Formats: sequence, structure tokens, C-alpha cells
Amino acid sequence: MRLAHQMAMEHDLITADMVEVQEFPFLAQKYNIYGVPKTVVNETVHFEGAVPEAVFLGKVLQAAEAKPEGEKK
Amino acid sequence: MPLLKDKDRDLLKDKLAKELASPVKLVFFTQELECETCHIAGQLAQEVAALSDKIELVTYNFVVDKEPVAKYKIDKIPALVIEGDKDYGIRYYGMPSGYEFTSLIEDIVDVSRQSNRLSPKTKEALQKVTNPVHIQVFVTPT
Repeated sequence: MRLAHQMAMEHDLITADMVEVQEFPFLAQKYNIYGVPKTVVNETVHFEGAVPEAVFLGKVLQAAEAKPEGEKK
Repeated sequence: MPLLKDKDRDLLKDKLAKELASPVKLVFFTQELECETCHIAGQLAQEVAALSDKIELVTYNFVVDKEPVAKYKIDKIPALVIEGDKDYGIRYYGMPSGYEFTSLIEDIVDVSRQSNRLSPKTKEALQKVTNPVHIQVFVTPT
């Protein structure tokens, strides 16, 4: 969680939510959450577990480079 | 009954007295009905705000206060925004308990100091981001 929020601090285009999934069961269903922590970046990149900073960064950059939903062919 | 134990509250007060620099605003969104955890999350926000004169708590009603709900792009409650000299895009949806409570305190310190603890390499790499990035981290109470 800290990594996501620190990245939000670092860049104006990045926003980061902590979501307590038991309070929002519809999101658990939407994102197929069976284990936590689970991270979803821009609806396109999903991963489970706590990962090192470099790996987290890689996922964020991957999502940032992908075209936003709706612009895909 | 308070959520924070006396001993923890004293420790946190000391920590924040030492570490906070600029004022921090906690913006909390809630509603009276049909929100099981809003009350307790609101109590936690109040107790955190009471830890330091530099922490201000502003509470809005998710149903009534449409302008701030739109401004902060809040889509569910309870929601907590940590804002400093600007809104950095830091949100907590639901009750930050256990490990997430520690994150909340550390986030408040970072926002107050306008600095974070990412590595220089990560900071440099993030400058390449030119599209909006929305990160959601799903957790359970610990």
C-alpha cells in the first residue's frame, strides 16, 4: 500500500486507493479477488501479493504505457 | 470507547510532534444510513486528527455534499483523502486497520513533509509516465 501511495505523491497523474475489500464485496467480485493484497492498475494490469519496489514500478509503467480502455482497436 | 489505546495514542502523538512539518488535511466522506463501517471509520479519523494540531479533519456527507464528492472523485464510502499542499491522489476506502493504519500514519508524515521514500531510480522512472494511472490495492483487515 505504501508503495502505491508514495507513487501517487511522486507523480500528479498517479492516484492510489487502498480498498478494504470486505467492505466492498462488489469489487471483490468485479476483480476476482481471492487473495490479498491484490493490486489492479488501470483495470489492465493485475497482480497478487506484496512485491518489491522494482516489480511494482514495472507493473505501473506497463499499465501507463498501455492505451486506456476504449482506445484499443 | 476510543479505538486507539492510551499507550499507542501517546506514542503516535510523540512521533507526529517530531515528524510532521506542514499542515495535513484529512477529508472524510461518510453517510448516516446504509454504511456499516462509516461510523467507526469516522471515529478513527477523529482520533487521528486529535493526535496533532497540524492535522485537520473535514467531513462531508457523500449524498448531500456533491461538490466535494466530485472534486475528490469519491465513488464509495467510507473514504478518506490525505491532502497536504495539494491533493496527491491518496485515498483510503474502508477502515484502515492493523497494517493499513500504519500506512495511514506514514502517509500523513510523507504528505506533511512533501517527500516520500521511493528510491531515486523509481522516482526517475516514474517521470516517464504521461498517461493517468489509477492504482487500486485491495486488502483485508489485519
